[in-house]
Amino acid sequence: MIKAEWFFWLVGSLFLAMAAQMLADRTNPRRVGTAAFWGLLGAGFVYSTWVVDKTAPAEPLGAAVLVMVCLAGFGLTGRGTARTVTPEQREASARRHGSRLFVPALTIPVVALICAVGVKKLHVGGEPVLQKGSETVLGLGIGSVVALAVGMVMLRERRPSTPLHAGRSMLESMGWAMLLPQLLATLGAIFSVAGVGEQVRRITTTVLPDGSAFLGVVAYCCGMFLFTVVMGNAFAAFPVLTAAVGWPVLVEQHHGNAPAVLAVGMLAGFCGTLVTPMAANYNFVPAALLELKDPYGPIKAQMPTAFILLGCNIAIMSVFAV
Amino acid sequence: MLVLLGVLVVVVGFATRRNPLLVVGVTGVATGLLGGLSPQKVLAAFGTGFASSRAVTIFAITLPVIGLLERYGLQEQARRLITRFAGLTAGRFLALYLLLRQITAALGLNGVFGHAQTVRPLAAPMAEGAAERRHGPLTEKAREKVRSFAASADNVGFFFGEDVFLAVGSILLITGFVNTTYHTHLEPLRLALWAIPTALCALAVHGCRLLRLDRTLEHAKPDLAGAAK
Repeated sequence: MIKAEWFFWLVGSLFLAMAAQMLADRTNPRRVGTAAFWGLLGAGFVYSTWVVDKTAPAEPLGAAVLVMVCLAGFGLTGRGTARTVTPEQREASARRHGSRLFVPALTIPVVALICAVGVKKLHVGGEPVLQKGSETVLGLGIGSVVALAVGMVMLRERRPSTPLHAGRSMLESMGWAMLLPQLLATLGAIFSVAGVGEQVRRITTTVLPDGSAFLGVVAYCCGMFLFTVVMGNAFAAFPVLTAAVGWPVLVEQHHGNAPAVLAVGMLAGFCGTLVTPMAANYNFVPAALLELKDPYGPIKAQMPTAFILLGCNIAIMSVFAV
Repeated sequence: MLVLLGVLVVVVGFATRRNPLLVVGVTGVATGLLGGLSPQKVLAAFGTGFASSRAVTIFAITLPVIGLLERYGLQEQARRLITRFAGLTAGRFLALYLLLRQITAALGLNGVFGHAQTVRPLAAPMAEGAAERRHGPLTEKAREKVRSFAASADNVGFFFGEDVFLAVGSILLITGFVNTTYHTHLEPLRLALWAIPTALCALAVHGCRLLRLDRTLEHAKPDLAGAAK
């Protein structure tokens, strides 16, 4: 069986190899801090395997995460000058290789597709070939490895350090934004253990006037939106707002259609994801990947859509669900 | 009430534009301690949170091959290819991308498209190429706009497509939470069906905004004819 952990190890070793390169990179004024950040991230990816199956304590990993937060948060990481080719060289190479260049690039989505549709159903000796529930991770992982092999052969590139270096400069430009989504998952868990949801429920039930279903819908949808903006993640907002408003007010008090209320409520939260800098993986990471001067570019492009869709969700819920 | 200080820390951190990583780190530690967790428990929470959420960082695995291909001119080729399709403007191309992203996500094919594997190497340069063919060389501002909209097409398509699929994380989170908390039985299928109205709204709203991008770019163009007079 092909396991997701194998690819987490691969990503971990990728980060560690890049950290080694970073440490040797004299063009980076903060090379030690940068190497420490990515080295810890890589080591964390590997160590996590034992945390997940509970054979190693989670506390050292937590301490490492906080060290990474400090390294990146206090500006101790930086980036080197990328050794790359000139735009003219790339233009010439594009003309020479032509549309064959798309073959390895399209290998990733095609392999991901094959894994999700075909390989998912394959069994060998009664066991599924791909680990159940991890098909997206595996599709992306297998696709990337195959694409890299195809690309290296096709372009007759023999040095493995070339793709490593090219990928590294993208990682350096993302910097701390890489860690934020994983940190937010933690925040959601801490909030629920500490009882934040219960407090929000008390406040909303005292503020919300009895009897108006429409106000309940507005409170639920806008609550999901705002909490998602704060938490960076609709999944963390959902249990809080559903326990506070969605279930007690809309489903029980106003006899709403539960699947409709909850599905649309979650989507109202997704509108919040479109506008929050906290959702780094959807907003800051793409801005870094696309080399935008303004890291808020994607958020600005999404903002009108997000507010219109929040209105749509309120309308859909109040017309069809309650 | 004290635990709500965490929410306040996030809001203040944002308003003063602190590094989000620090804001979230401080909020997590403060909320955990105020909520009565021991320092050891807080550390363990950070550790398990990191370990169980590694899947969001898996896209890093695509970067070496994307970087390699870009060295050999992938973006330039994407830009050249798009100019062969005369009717495909930047707006129309991105609206098409939005539709494809939404359909594949609705079929549960989340990994097929994405910022690292398709937006940066293919969709963004293609949209730029199409815009340049129609409007001439882009200003810095216009280029940023086209790229930002390319990222937005991926996000909107993904968010409002994935919930139409039954077995996606958010649907399973809803049924998991509600079924265990309220002892009821919700069918994932009915939740997925109720995601369709919003999915259609998203396609219409963002699709129209993407199509209008062409007009915005036309207006933003430096007025060359006027300068020549």
